[in-house]
Amino acid sequence: MSPSNGQTNGTPKVGVYVCHCGINIAGKVHVDAVVEFASKLPYVTVAKEYKFMCSDPGQDIIAQDIRDGKVNRVVVASCSPLMHEATFRKATAAGGGNAFMFQMANIREHVSWVTHDKGLATDKAKALVAAAVERVTLHKPLEKTKVPVHADVLIVGGGIAGIHAALTLADSGKKVYLVEKEPTIGGHMAQFDKTFPTLDCSACILTPKMSSVRAHPNITLWTYSEVSEVSGFVGNFKVKVKRKPRYIIEDLCVGCYECIEGCIYKEAKVKDEFNVGLSKRRPIYIPFPQATPLVAVIDPETCIEFRTHRCKKSCATACERNAVDFNQTEEIKEIEVGAIILATGFKVFDAARIPRYGYGKYPDVYSALEIERLVNAAGPTGGEVKMANGEKPKAVGIIHCVGSRDAKTNKYCSRVCCMYSLKLAHLIHERTDAEVYNFYIDMRTPGKGYEEFYDRLLEENVHFIRGRVAEVNDWAITPEEKGKLIIRCEDTLIGMVRRIPVDMVVLSTGLEAQADADDVRRMFNISCSHEGWFLERHPKLAPVSTFTDGVFLAGACQGPKDIPDSVAQAGAAAAEAMALIDKGFVELEPNTAYVQEEFCSGCRTCIALCPYSAIGYNEESKKASVNGALCKGCGTCVAACPSAALQQNLFTDEQIFREIKGVVSYV
Amino acid sequence: MSDKNSFEPRIVAFFCNWCTYTAADLAGTARMSYAPNVRVVRIMCSGRLDPQFVLAAFREGADGVLVGGCHPGDCHYQEGNYKALRRVTLLKRLLKSFGIEEERFRLEWIAASEGDKVQRVINEMTETVRKLGPLHLEKPDITASHETVKVAGVSAGGTR
Repeated sequence: MSPSNGQTNGTPKVGVYVCHCGINIAGKVHVDAVVEFASKLPYVTVAKEYKFMCSDPGQDIIAQDIRDGKVNRVVVASCSPLMHEATFRKATAAGGGNAFMFQMANIREHVSWVTHDKGLATDKAKALVAAAVERVTLHKPLEKTKVPVHADVLIVGGGIAGIHAALTLADSGKKVYLVEKEPTIGGHMAQFDKTFPTLDCSACILTPKMSSVRAHPNITLWTYSEVSEVSGFVGNFKVKVKRKPRYIIEDLCVGCYECIEGCIYKEAKVKDEFNVGLSKRRPIYIPFPQATPLVAVIDPETCIEFRTHRCKKSCATACERNAVDFNQTEEIKEIEVGAIILATGFKVFDAARIPRYGYGKYPDVYSALEIERLVNAAGPTGGEVKMANGEKPKAVGIIHCVGSRDAKTNKYCSRVCCMYSLKLAHLIHERTDAEVYNFYIDMRTPGKGYEEFYDRLLEENVHFIRGRVAEVNDWAITPEEKGKLIIRCEDTLIGMVRRIPVDMVVLSTGLEAQADADDVRRMFNISCSHEGWFLERHPKLAPVSTFTDGVFLAGACQGPKDIPDSVAQAGAAAAEAMALIDKGFVELEPNTAYVQEEFCSGCRTCIALCPYSAIGYNEESKKASVNGALCKGCGTCVAACPSAALQQNLFTDEQIFREIKGVVSYV
Repeated sequence: MSDKNSFEPRIVAFFCNWCTYTAADLAGTARMSYAPNVRVVRIMCSGRLDPQFVLAAFREGADGVLVGGCHPGDCHYQEGNYKALRRVTLLKRLLKSFGIEEERFRLEWIAASEGDKVQRVINEMTETVRKLGPLHLEKPDITASHETVKVAGVSAGGTR
């Protein structure tokens, strides 16, 4: 191909701008040497350095040089293109150039921040600058395509984060689909008794929001449902939602409990999920009195009719409204949305994974979530904290960091356990007058009113023992230890190993990513951290965005978070979604593939490779053709084309060959 | 070889935009220092990796080539990384027949959160190639190579 082919903007005049980034780059790279080197590269007419290229004066340097006619292509050697490519494209356009006559050399994240030796770092920076210069001479002017945005939003997960995001968006007039996999919304917050540090009743502040969701004309609530397929792109997602059969016609059910009373099982025999197995339910049930929607559900695993087909179906007879429908089947709903908010929450660490704490072995060892239910007035004991033998405990030990800050389970701090342990200590002490011992590694109470709450607990005669607990057992060695659970622990403040006999043990279990987090993130095409938490686009500056445009995060699916933080993040995610929708359109990166018909032999190799069916075959011309609206710019077809007829904007073969030459052959 | 001790290998890396390039950025943000021998060319997807890019890199003077993509099942474009895997497997055989040691060409799946893996893989690769020494490609017979180029459909612009 002739070299003039790509140079539609006249003879290339390349401006190279090397950024100091304060000392971030200049501290490790001899910037002046890079500038000197760049000035001698082919087609380079201007080579400059500046302290902060991304600042307004920095950008103005570029724009002015273009205006002055000194430069028609721009290379900025600074940070990652994922950080500031948009900034410098804008600066290039501001000077009257085309935004895509620009290339970035990443000499911060890929050079100065990762290289010890200043000389070697400078060499590497030079190579990357050379590659960018080589490549940019072949850049062509491109335009972004504008695509309209669908105004509806999908929210996945109906915990407090999903609820808050849904209400915020719905109040602004957006149509929201809220999808929850359980039969009711509410999430973990609905299971909590009180919330720290204010001791508000959790249900009292949550249930009004749940009812608002149900009543809101802009919210379509699909519980007992899961997203099964996602396709499309920002502004234009096509989503399939699987509505599992609950065997109750939702529109007919009024939540009167008659069917449940009428169930052939006179006694509840199935472990109740809402009370974490501490009570029993029938196969037909309503999870809890404030469940939203207040609609019964039949669990086919335990229902006699589903297991034997020989039940009298007394539940159906009991229902005056004929809402029971054993023939209900799974339903697939197809929707189109412009933005998606993931608020899929967390899972509680399984305390049985640390056998030395005796969970599952001693009946009076509880997980924190079980205690939440026990202290709750609507819980299985009506709010009484009782031991397995029905007596009130006289001493209770709360063990912190179970499944957190532990190299054997999870290294991270779960952030909420210190505070909820303090809350539970307060509630248990209040209800039982028992001696309460907190076994902690460090007390972590940052947050508004949190440290004050800790101070209050210190004055409430709750005991604090600093040290990780070694073991919980029932091996008494003194008469007063008989019949007790013994907590063995090193008290690091007095430097002694102690044995504390208690009646009841509470394990402050940490937070983990949902078991299906990996499937979910793959479906929505986002990344996750080692621990399975969904990865935000930038930890500080884009905390609710993801690497997939149009998909946002809220709540604990992104990492352990308490209620105030989850709600704040949900609001942020709703605002991001709103900003996207209210703009009305998205601009797509013009990195799509295109066919150079004169080279296309019509072999059709490319067609089967495209995962988006973006390539068609013109029977008349016997050539392939790319539908730019469907192409997402991966370039897989381009790599496969045997005659190099397919090319990708911004990533043509020629441009990449030049970049390769640039990184290797100069320095 | 006399220059073996002072030999600094040059390695070209092709990193996909969504996983491995992001991971390399993360390694930077976390200041995980590693060998300066790897120079990254960003492509949108490892599926964009034309085998000719690898050949071009070796021809231009690279001593090693590293390809980084999303883990299987994680591709931002659904399945581009599988396409890359197939091409890499075939290409490895071809390179062998050219006399290019297998260790000079490596494919790794590195997720966006795996900055530490970028550091480890680059350090390992640099050491491996350093031990192998510089790549000495025999000067090709001009006419023969011209034929190959035509068959493979390489356009001359890419070869300088």
